[in-house]
Amino acid sequence: MNKITITINNKKIVTESGKSVLEIAKENGIFIPTLCNYEGIAPQSSCRVCTCVIDGRKMTACTTLAKDKMNIETNTEELEEIRSVIVELLFAEGNHFCPSCEKSGNCELQALAYRFKMMVPQFPYDFPARDVDAVNPKIMIDHNRCILCKRCIRRKKEPENPTWFVFENRGNKLKINLDHELTADMDDELAQKAMDTCPVGAIIRKEKGFDVPIGSRKYDSKPIGSDIEDQGGAV
Amino acid sequence: MGNKQSLNSRSHNKCSCNGDDLELILGKYNNDPKRLMDVLIHIQTQCGCISDLAVKDIAEAFNMSKVDVVQTISFYHFLSQEPRGEYTVYLNDSAVAKMKGRDKIAQVFEKVAGTKFGSVSKDGKIGLFNTSCIGMNDQEPSAIINRRVFTNLTEVDVERIVKSMKEGLDVNDIKGRDPVPNILLKGPILKNEGNITDALKKAISISPDEVIEEVKQSKLRGRGGAGFPTALKWRTCRDTKSEKRYIFCNADEGEPGTFKDRVILTERPRLLFTGMTIAGYAVGSDEGILYLRFEYKFMEQYLENILSKMRKDGSLGKNILGKKGFNFDIRIQFGGGAYVCGEESALLESAEGKRGEPRDKPPYPVVKGYLQHPTVVNNVETLCCVARIIQKGVKWYCSVGTKDSTGSKLLSISGDCKRPGVYEIACGTTINDVNKMVGAEDVQAVQVGGPSGVCVAPIDFDHKLAYEDLATGGSIIIIGNKRDLLKDIVLNFTEFFLEESCGSCVPCRAMTNQYKKKLEKIIRGNGVAKDLEQMLSWEKVMKANRCGLGQTAANPITCSIRNFRELYESKLKTATDFVSEFDLEAAVQEYCKTANRIPNLGGDHE
Amino acid sequence: MSKAIVATTSLAGCFGCHMSLLDIDEKILDLIELVEFNKSPIDDIKTFTKECDIGIIEGGCCNSENVHILKEFRKNCKTLVVMGECAIMGGLPALRNNVVSISECLEEAYLNCVSVQANDEKIIPNDDELPLILDRVYPCHEIVKIDYFLPGCAPRADLIWNALVALITGNEMDLPYEVIKFD
Repeated sequence: MNKITITINNKKIVTESGKSVLEIAKENGIFIPTLCNYEGIAPQSSCRVCTCVIDGRKMTACTTLAKDKMNIETNTEELEEIRSVIVELLFAEGNHFCPSCEKSGNCELQALAYRFKMMVPQFPYDFPARDVDAVNPKIMIDHNRCILCKRCIRRKKEPENPTWFVFENRGNKLKINLDHELTADMDDELAQKAMDTCPVGAIIRKEKGFDVPIGSRKYDSKPIGSDIEDQGGAV
Repeated sequence: MGNKQSLNSRSHNKCSCNGDDLELILGKYNNDPKRLMDVLIHIQTQCGCISDLAVKDIAEAFNMSKVDVVQTISFYHFLSQEPRGEYTVYLNDSAVAKMKGRDKIAQVFEKVAGTKFGSVSKDGKIGLFNTSCIGMNDQEPSAIINRRVFTNLTEVDVERIVKSMKEGLDVNDIKGRDPVPNILLKGPILKNEGNITDALKKAISISPDEVIEEVKQSKLRGRGGAGFPTALKWRTCRDTKSEKRYIFCNADEGEPGTFKDRVILTERPRLLFTGMTIAGYAVGSDEGILYLRFEYKFMEQYLENILSKMRKDGSLGKNILGKKGFNFDIRIQFGGGAYVCGEESALLESAEGKRGEPRDKPPYPVVKGYLQHPTVVNNVETLCCVARIIQKGVKWYCSVGTKDSTGSKLLSISGDCKRPGVYEIACGTTINDVNKMVGAEDVQAVQVGGPSGVCVAPIDFDHKLAYEDLATGGSIIIIGNKRDLLKDIVLNFTEFFLEESCGSCVPCRAMTNQYKKKLEKIIRGNGVAKDLEQMLSWEKVMKANRCGLGQTAANPITCSIRNFRELYESKLKTATDFVSEFDLEAAVQEYCKTANRIPNLGGDHE
Repeated sequence: MSKAIVATTSLAGCFGCHMSLLDIDEKILDLIELVEFNKSPIDDIKTFTKECDIGIIEGGCCNSENVHILKEFRKNCKTLVVMGECAIMGGLPALRNNVVSISECLEEAYLNCVSVQANDEKIIPNDDELPLILDRVYPCHEIVKIDYFLPGCAPRADLIWNALVALITGNEMDLPYEVIKFD
């Protein structure tokens, strides 16, 4: 590990090489919003929410490894606009009925919308025809709520095992797909894991839900990212 | 050209692509899961679809889940789990095809074949499908039927072709016009001077480093459009430590309006393969792969024959031209129909048997490419330039073009002009010169570089086609004064991007659709000034996409707003800042019909 | 200071937002000092009797009557505020938008569903007095211009209160994290 010095939002930070910009920011109390990133899964920058200006170029913080003398801006007005537009696009693209969703209050998409104070709709809602896949005995997949972040796809039990979750089709017909035969005997632990991996309410455990009262859920009273920012050292 | 036996032997109800047959097919591709694309394409061409049974067997053989096989199939336009008919007609629906009357042709197809586009006739015989540009813009309307291309279709042609299909004629025996090269101006690349094997002889007589230096001196830049210095790509690849390196030729020519690679492939294949071999020598690779778009499947046998000849005369294979230790061979890898696979990292994903989703960069392919090995991906034309540079020297090459854009550029010119075709011009030629050359009069706009490029207005026709001014991969579409620019061109291009997005990045997947909706609103005459400002402001979100497709997907709209603002403004409602497109009468129609009611909307519902 | 004149209505909503409006506890006494209600279910005035400063809409549009009332509000109110998920994006009534067409919906409800009894004439309600049902549920801003959006299901009482006070006094709206919620 080499010591490197980088600059995030005009603040010099000494750190080690081999880490992503996102990780280093987090360690230093700087919250960069993400959706498709999940700790322990190799990053793949598909949501583009963590886009930062790195050495003058727009790059995603989750996939960019920090290098010595790198200059990073995480919160310019333009970047914040890009992030909030992306979040709004996801709301318009799917069918996100927050009031009836089991994940409401614990949903990362919703939490980002709260943080960005998303109030005025600028995009017409698509209301796409999507269905609910309830074949699996333990989990169901509500495609209406899926934001196609690929977290479930990238999280595999063992790398050499056949994939359970995959993409199907492409473009705006894209959807996730579950191998029903391979997952027929999924246990509760894996079902919970699958649900936890999903940032929204697209993967839901059957016979469970609404078990935390409104007011005590994850993002009811504190914005997403405040745990990172509260560590101190925030810029 | 073409393989007569297999073309008509398929029938979806007797699909035999499982069991023993599948074993043979898998064996042909070394039972290698990385060759999944080849397996799928093989089955699709043989059987007209990839059945559930075949999916199950492939999954088992490759230790994959079934859905994993399906995710690759469902990514590609020409692969399908549903039968596509004994004869599958893919009719081009690009903007230029529409200019040339493809909609009328489509109607005739539907009428005589007795089925709608997007479906197969009841007897399973004829399937009709739309497809993005097939690289025949100078000979539109055109269609691919079972891999053979029929060009310049007329209504009479269609009636005859459908009749022949109904009679069960082999597709090669059906009367029709085959593609022609249409080379209308030859320059240093296309002029067939000297023996091209000399280029290879010359290359191996100097060191690989010297070859790279020659290319560097020539200032050659990528001809696909992005213009990355070729020598730098090679240098990095050569300098990356690895036991194996790959040379890929990007022949996925998917940018609507470009067809010059098709012409190179059929008219100067040896030039290209020699270029690949020289690249292999320069970077230290022994394997070249030609990634060829599925649309060009018709030239497969022809190209294979050329490769065989080259192997026979020692220009490919072991110890090439007697050079001890220099081994290089080329294989053809077909794509499955996806524009995004023209992006180099998506192309490599596809070649590895996966969905063609662009990778995160860095690492760039020159460092970690095909199967994680350093890989050079070069455009067809770039590799031809390489062969000529080595053959005839840097000085000769640099005598054409401008200081920053040396050499020539092949243009594929189509649209509203008298002489569409392939032109090899010197870099630095202006659009005005091009218009004169091709016989374009009353020009409203020239689309340079395809949908992802620039829509140039007449006031800018003195600009040069060169990296320092208007960079282009070679697609030039002339748009005449009579065309409805927004509806016929801009909307068509936007729909193209929507169809071809891989869907990974949120802005590309979701914003393109919002752009389309807003453009349609303006075309309907319901736009307001704010709409234009919004569409321009969304551009920064599009620039946050991962790959070039996503970053340029809004170009047709934003570029035309900038260069044709008055046209947009003439369609806006100016007295208001809010227009509702809600139509009460239309909204209650279905209910009234279902409940058997007469709409009594009253007078106060304006 | 003269009182601001306020009108309210519930379109395709559940009156939950109106309940939330009343949920401002003792501040309701302050509210009466600040505003005078015109057309509103709160005072049961059925028609507009004068031009209003602020119109507050709950619910989206699922039928022709909703559309009619919404347009009336736009005509009679200087500023139009929508409150709640239904008004903003259709809300729960809009669950039908992405599932079935209105004809399938009605046929299931009145003809085909296993619990349908005694409808031998196969009638889908069609009395002339009934409003005409729209093909889908529309958010209000797709039909008329909306000036302000107050999210929530229902919007927190404090959000409604803060918004009203800000609108009447012309001050910036106070938006603490806790008040912007979609459920």
